Amino acid sequence: MKTLLETVKLERLFGAVTAASDINVRIDAGEVLGVIGSNGAGKTTFVNMVTGYLRPTSGQILYRGKDITGQPTRDITRLGICRSFQIPQLFLELSALDNMLIALTVAKQKKPVLWRPAISPSLTDEAMVHLARFRIDQYADQEVATLPQGIRKLIDIAMATVSDPDLLFLDEPTSGVSADEKMHFMEVLINALKATKTAVLFIEHDMEIVEAFSPRVIAFYEGTILADGPTNEVLDNTKVREFVIGSEFHRKADEAEKPSREKGEK
Amino acid sequence: MTHSLDRTEISLLIGLPVLIGLGFILPEWIVNYIQVSLGTGLVALGVMIQMRAGLVSFGQGLYFCIGGYAAGLAGKFAGISDLFVLLALGILASVSISFILGFLLRRYREIFYAMLSLAVSMILFGLLSSIEELGSTDGFNLPAATYLGWAPQDETAKHALYVATCIPTILCAFLLNRYLRSPMGYIGEAIRENELRVEYLGTSAHRAVHIKYVLAAAVSGIGGVLWALALGHVDPEMTNWTTSGQFVFVAILSGTGNIVAPLFGTFILEIVRVYAVELSPNTWQMILGTVMLLTIIFLPKGLWSLIKKSKSASKKGQKRSEIIAGGE
Repeated sequence: MKTLLETVKLERLFGAVTAASDINVRIDAGEVLGVIGSNGAGKTTFVNMVTGYLRPTSGQILYRGKDITGQPTRDITRLGICRSFQIPQLFLELSALDNMLIALTVAKQKKPVLWRPAISPSLTDEAMVHLARFRIDQYADQEVATLPQGIRKLIDIAMATVSDPDLLFLDEPTSGVSADEKMHFMEVLINALKATKTAVLFIEHDMEIVEAFSPRVIAFYEGTILADGPTNEVLDNTKVREFVIGSEFHRKADEAEKPSREKGEK
Repeated sequence: MTHSLDRTEISLLIGLPVLIGLGFILPEWIVNYIQVSLGTGLVALGVMIQMRAGLVSFGQGLYFCIGGYAAGLAGKFAGISDLFVLLALGILASVSISFILGFLLRRYREIFYAMLSLAVSMILFGLLSSIEELGSTDGFNLPAATYLGWAPQDETAKHALYVATCIPTILCAFLLNRYLRSPMGYIGEAIRENELRVEYLGTSAHRAVHIKYVLAAAVSGIGGVLWALALGHVDPEMTNWTTSGQFVFVAILSGTGNIVAPLFGTFILEIVRVYAVELSPNTWQMILGTVMLLTIIFLPKGLWSLIKKSKSASKKGQKRSEIIAGGE
């Protein structure tokens, strides 16, 4: 498989705090990959660096072999790297449909367009197709501020994928989604994304979901990568079990799993 | 390219001949007020399109003044009185200055944008007030407008200037309506709501604000030229903060719902002021203040929301009940 993204010795310092160091990650075209790690382990910092929101203190980010380190977010989006947010970043006073229309409008606009109406019936249809992909088209006319978190999460992801990116980062897509809806939520999501050629990296705290949806996992710990490999190997890794998952986590589905899962989420 | 007109644009196209016609029918004092409020209404439009992006310009008087003075200086020192040349000069001056200042202002939001725009306008106020050649705080007079060599007199001159004010104003409103419906216009709304997302969608919020700032300056400059010609006089008061404050007042009073709202709002403000002064010559500001207060309390989205509410009330009620019935 072709390598899409490669980071070389990525490092980010906030004053004396090392948020990330020696991050070497390769992502292949079209793959699905999970990222685990406790809060503050550097997962989101990694995503922020690759998407240009944070400039790495040192190191290189290569996309399709080309150095994109330090480019602004908007240019990186244009190259085909998009992301969704842990807290959905939406236009709250506007309807779900308007949110999608703006996303589509921006994606289609290469140079500033000033006098041509942005919205046409065909664009509205397209926006509805994108909403339908994530099964949220019934909320199209509702103001986003009135929608529940789970729906907002999906709108956030739908907006990130309008330009059909090659690489998509999902920052904790299931946070804010209730425990019993998580599995179904991820199914809708991954199925919609599998229909495209998009490579997906998702950050997740629920090990069950990681097991179910990603063949490969990267474990972050205190700004470094603890383990990177096939999911069952990483989850069996003693260090990962000690520092990330918590030792009582049982991979085999049995009765003891329920209480430990809460721990795994934290 | 699509050439579809929306309802506002059609109303503007119909409104133009009506507006011109009114100039010949209505009593002169009302026509004068209409003419003056079209000039200042354009500046309120400039404030309003910035408000759409959540930016409150507390110094829009700057470009109102630049437009007026560009016309005035051309008349005073170069003897130019042709309306078309004066308009072009006003646009040129306000666009070039706003283009340069835009690099600074586009980086600021909220109160910082408001204060910075105010500061820049007050610099010009200070400058103009201290230049004696330009009449300091008294300003100076403009020659009567001519039109490609045609120099009408008396009644004809009044009507000609009225028509020449109506056409550019409606044209500006039309173009700005187009702009608000365009991708750049929607990006403005998006900036108000969430700038981070705008960047992540792949476009520059700074550039969008810069374009908006220049457009607002251009219409304000045109407003300044037309207003100065209507009064035949310019003075530094045009860029004083009280003048800028009025434009913000109008934009809040009328709301940002529609492009014609600030034009009506300016006219309403003028009329309210006339009657307020008549009613209580010493405390008329209190009446204006009360109107403002009541608007903010009862119509937070401005007078325009009255029109919009009655239009969409039935539609929304239907939708709500559907959602309630369909939910869960």
